[in-house]
Amino acid sequence: MVSKAMQALQCPDIDTVWEWLDAIPDPEIPAVSLVEMGIVRDAQWDCDLLRVVLTPTYSGCPATSVIRLDVENTLRERGIEHIEIKTRLRPAWTTDWISEAGRQKLRAYGIAPPAGAASCAGMMAVGSIDCPRCGSCEVERISEFGSTPCKAHYRCTACLEPFDYFKPI
Amino acid sequence: MVLADPALVGVLGLRMGDNALILGQRLSEWCGHAPVLEEDIATANIALDLIGQASNWLKLAGEVEGGGRSADDLAFLRDAREFTNVLLVEQPDPDFAHTLMRQYLFDSWHAEMLDRLVDSTEARIAEVAAKSAKEAAYHRRRSADLIVRLGDGSEESHARMQAALDALYPFAGELDQPDDCDKALAAAAIAPDLGELAGEVASARTIVFGRAGLSVPTDVPVRSGGKSGLHSEALGYLLAEMQILQRSHPGAKW
Ligand SMILES: [Zn+2]
Repeated sequence: MVSKAMQALQCPDIDTVWEWLDAIPDPEIPAVSLVEMGIVRDAQWDCDLLRVVLTPTYSGCPATSVIRLDVENTLRERGIEHIEIKTRLRPAWTTDWISEAGRQKLRAYGIAPPAGAASCAGMMAVGSIDCPRCGSCEVERISEFGSTPCKAHYRCTACLEPFDYFKPI
Repeated sequence: MVLADPALVGVLGLRMGDNALILGQRLSEWCGHAPVLEEDIATANIALDLIGQASNWLKLAGEVEGGGRSADDLAFLRDAREFTNVLLVEQPDPDFAHTLMRQYLFDSWHAEMLDRLVDSTEARIAEVAAKSAKEAAYHRRRSADLIVRLGDGSEESHARMQAALDALYPFAGELDQPDDCDKALAAAAIAPDLGELAGEVASARTIVFGRAGLSVPTDVPVRSGGKSGLHSEALGYLLAEMQILQRSHPGAKW
């Protein structure tokens, strides 16, 4: 009993755990963290067991298993021994969960963040997509699909640079 | 034979998973070969979505079965006779028009089916459907757009799209034909009534084919058998390529 209480006392507080999680980069877009992407849905202590819930972005996202591994490795390096990582499919991930900080980092990285709320846009939104390079809203779609399942391919007609657009879903 | 609910859930998971897996594998054959770069990337991305969805469905089917088979076991270690995908998705690609037409015929049904499965009385079905539904709607938007652009395009593109529609339309009917399992699934509100669903899908297709200037074949006999494991020769070749690594090096991991 005593040792269990001792362990509980030694558990870092949950805000600190969230800070660690927020420092783990998305493997495909390392400028943005897993927390900013909305991939980490929950983290809670259950006595000395840390329960973490993740959600995949796209069903076919090849990074899903890497993300799980990154989370586990990071937490172990911080000395957490008992970790349970669960994957939750529902509610399905939406780009609405990408935080404001995440959106700014995406833009700075050269990816136009999703325009508007996915729930309203129904993936059809055009118009409020700005070129991440020059800020012009004079853009045209090259392809519905880009370098990864989460992105579409656009071109800026002002500065003529092609860019990735994070599709609202 | 009417199965009990848990077994029915397994059948549905397997059918949804097999459709997605086999179409995903077919599409990935274009990787590096599609007519234009953007379509190459789009095709590979859609394949990736479908294979990811297949993984979720087959995982569910394996859990329901309770025999310890993983999604990978079901994908790589079953023979053609045990696959339950419809014949449409295994059809080969004589040209890219067939690829696009097969995709639209499937997407137009798939997106609608997933939308209904989100309301399934079986929570595990609803969960996987919710994850896949938005992706399938995005696929349908692209494939419908291409059907219209190419159907209503040049004389050459129109002729090819019409030929693809004539060749593939007989296979689309299998998606709409309920067998005993489908009927039991609908009765338990685990899945929608396929006949009702077919009506909605048909009216959406009529609009798209109308805008594309393509004529939908009438009075064609439905080509079916896939759901009960009776496949065309094409599936054997597809599986041989897809499964060779796991078959020749059992348990290989990377
Ligand atoms: Zn620009």
